[in-house]
Amino acid sequence: MKRVVPHLLLITGAAFTLWPFVWMISTSLETLREASTGGVGVWPESWHWENYVLTFRAAPFARYFANSLGVAFVVTAAVILTGLMAGYAFARLRFCGRSVLFALILGTMMIPFEVTLIPNFVLISRLGWYNTYAALTVPWCANAFSIFLVRQAFLGLPGDYFEAARIDGCGHLRFLFRIAAPLVKPTLVTVGLFAFLGSYNSLLWPLVVTADDTMRVVQVGLMAFSGDAGVRVHLLMCASTIVILPTVALYFVAQKYFVESALGAGIKG
Amino acid sequence: MRFPCNVLRPLNGLDSLLAWLDDRLERSARGPLRDGPTAFLLLLPAFLIVGAFGILPIFSSIHLSLYGGQHGQGPFVGLGNYLRAFTDDAFWSSFLVTLYYALGTIPATMVLSFAVAYGLNRLVFGRGLLRTAYFLPYVTSAVAAAMIWRALLGGEAGMLNNALAHWGIPVQRWLLEPRGVLHLLTGGFVPAAVGPSLALCCVMAFEIWHGSGFMIVIFLAGLAAVPRELEEAARIDGANTRQLLRNVTLPLLSPTIFFLLIVSTIKSFQSFNGFYALTNGRQMPDTRNLVLYIYSTFYERGELGYGAAVAALLSLAIVVLTVVQWRFAGRKVHYE
Repeated sequence: MKRVVPHLLLITGAAFTLWPFVWMISTSLETLREASTGGVGVWPESWHWENYVLTFRAAPFARYFANSLGVAFVVTAAVILTGLMAGYAFARLRFCGRSVLFALILGTMMIPFEVTLIPNFVLISRLGWYNTYAALTVPWCANAFSIFLVRQAFLGLPGDYFEAARIDGCGHLRFLFRIAAPLVKPTLVTVGLFAFLGSYNSLLWPLVVTADDTMRVVQVGLMAFSGDAGVRVHLLMCASTIVILPTVALYFVAQKYFVESALGAGIKG
Repeated sequence: MRFPCNVLRPLNGLDSLLAWLDDRLERSARGPLRDGPTAFLLLLPAFLIVGAFGILPIFSSIHLSLYGGQHGQGPFVGLGNYLRAFTDDAFWSSFLVTLYYALGTIPATMVLSFAVAYGLNRLVFGRGLLRTAYFLPYVTSAVAAAMIWRALLGGEAGMLNNALAHWGIPVQRWLLEPRGVLHLLTGGFVPAAVGPSLALCCVMAFEIWHGSGFMIVIFLAGLAAVPRELEEAARIDGANTRQLLRNVTLPLLSPTIFFLLIVSTIKSFQSFNGFYALTNGRQMPDTRNLVLYIYSTFYERGELGYGAAVAALLSLAIVVLTVVQWRFAGRKVHYE
């Protein structure tokens, strides 16, 4: 009995948490009439898979997806690379001004992004990047949080590894990319997951720096679609489902590493 | 005496390129700190980006906030933009919305997440599956999730209204209701303009649902680090669950709680996506927080200087709050 009650409570809570998603998927398969009468039941009377085709026809979601995924992949790869390089330098190299530079990087974590929003918008316009992919990607290609996490992971590696490689005549760069990087894979996956989620789910920045329909990312596209399709609930739920799908899939793939590094020293610093 | 790497490993393109670079960098180094050139190369990309889009804008933002007019081309007004904010009703109402939102979401999310994590930590089976279920809202985009909530809450025939009708609760306008929630609950005793509106409370409920997954995962990480022996020892000494929680688990978790308090305060002061998507970008005073207000001043009205000044004030508020939390809550944190 003592074991059953917490189980039941937690399962009920999880059911409530997941309920909106179940409702979303079932509504996306209903007819408009059934979807907009707002029945309590979640089982569609008949299954209308063609709703998804209709959604892709109603708005250029294929284009939005190509934009979002392209931008997110570039940002993720760049964040991992810049984080790896800078994190290694801060963890293992000796050079003058190391602590000052590291403090400067950490300092940017305390600055709320609203402060940088307006000047960055001005900078992007001056560079002639307004309404381009460069505006969507370049500013997000490095961040303090990733550098910090990778540095912590490198500090956790035994120094002997490097000494051994050194004796064998291996320089810093070869050691970093050939030996050290694979050893901090869980941290790199976590950094990549956060970078991807941050990029794919962002709304304010793409809203500010893009104007054309062809440059829209999925989040902005979905906002626009909700304005156009506000009444067509079933199509709106189709669109929401396909927008959510990539991040959920990615989470399931990366989950093992993510939990491992969250449980480790990573987040507690 | 240096042995070439290729004795140990088969040579390939990338390897030889890296070895060549290493060699060049080491030869160009001088003095006792020999890693200088390598460090420069490794730090350059990160510093170019963080410098241009993270550090430089802090200074240009302050500079920008001293100029009035449209598109940053107005006259120099000194602190005029800051003074204008203090007499601007819209500024104060968005500040109040931001404050209500922080007070309404942070404690509730924390208590709820702790309860779930505490329960999950004790589960024998199904822990991973349930944790995934609770974490799922966090990985979904706030915009898509907000679409679901809008559909559930929206309209007189919305799902929630239909469900509540079964218990005889009258139809509500939820996200479109600007009247205070206290006004509605007390049947009009409290004036409609006092306290957070029902619409704002819906945004808060959304955020609690959407953001608790993150806290649960962090709490689980913290709980996993609490040594089992300590709890067992306390049990043997006759402590009940409440005493155990108060005297063992919570003190050991205090660094985690403190971390979450600071991070979630900053996050709640910066939230935009949920507000914007749930209210469909409508600028209603009862659901417009400071970030939305900044967005509308500079992006919709083109007042860059004034927007920058409001952003600076918001950041100041965040910094002050963080320092205050550090001073007062930080003192109670128990470190091993």
